[in-house]
Amino acid sequence: MYRVAVIGDRDSIYGYAALGLDTFPVTEHAQAVKKLRELAEGEYAVIYITEALAAELEEEVDQYRSSRLPAIILIPGVSGNTGMGIANVKKSVEQAVGSDIIFGGN
Amino acid sequence: MAKKQINPTRMELTRLKRKLVTARRGHKLLKDKRDELMRQFLDLVRENKTLREKVEAGIHAANKNFVMARAGMSDEVLNVALMAPSQEVYLEASAKNVMSVEIPVFEYRTRSADANNVYSYGFAFTSGDLDDSVKSLAEVLPDLLRLAEVEKSCQLMAVEIEKTRRRVNALEHVMIPEVEENIKYITMKLDENERSTQIRLMKVKDMMLEDAHHYKEHQDAMPV
Repeated sequence: MYRVAVIGDRDSIYGYAALGLDTFPVTEHAQAVKKLRELAEGEYAVIYITEALAAELEEEVDQYRSSRLPAIILIPGVSGNTGMGIANVKKSVEQAVGSDIIFGGN
Repeated sequence: MAKKQINPTRMELTRLKRKLVTARRGHKLLKDKRDELMRQFLDLVRENKTLREKVEAGIHAANKNFVMARAGMSDEVLNVALMAPSQEVYLEASAKNVMSVEIPVFEYRTRSADANNVYSYGFAFTSGDLDDSVKSLAEVLPDLLRLAEVEKSCQLMAVEIEKTRRRVNALEHVMIPEVEENIKYITMKLDENERSTQIRLMKVKDMMLEDAHHYKEHQDAMPV
């Protein structure tokens, strides 16, 4: 049985606690790296991470791209949508097709 | 292209021919796999895109509500309100095999079946904005989980497609031409050997006949 985690700055994620997701507010870079690893190796199948934090932890997040679990999914934080989530989808398309054919090159 | 040294023997030729057949079949199969993966991937990625846009819009709206709620309430009250969630989400993760790519399938269960049971607080001390924000977020949740499934599948398939594409290209542009060239080289070499053997035999035959019948002496003896 797996759980769902949300990781990011506190303001962006505290609402998810009400839905029954486990929230892990982090502020420091080192702490975030440690927490992400801990969650990924734990009982979490899906980890939602705010775009702002994912931008800092890009290497860590990319590391889990090719493994089946956990799914690390970017969500926009309270500070607004940075477009990084959709850029990640675009990256998948580019990796598979060789060029971006879905998003019309913007 | 740096060529490997190969032995022009019949055995090597048979081996290479067999290798070529296998390579051709492998190439065809991998090409089919790539095409089918690509087709499914494109469907999935389109769904991923629409889902993501929807989810992002939903979260954006929820976040706006949360900012409002936060503005109207003190930190302590907010913390207390959300401290003990009444709802919990469990995931059942199984795998689906799509063209040998294991993609995850999530089935989620909540602790209580009532979808409205997301308010973990009494309504007396919290603002109505908090109710709105929790509700708007709860509405996004199913899509959010579906997004996780689809996006992960896309990532996994992208990796597999890239691998398959490389293999197809390696077979098509390196392996198969190389084997074909080697086969050609061996065939030519063997033909050449055969011709030279033939010539040598003819020559030997001539010499032996000469020895037996002394044609040359007869010719010389004849008056001009």
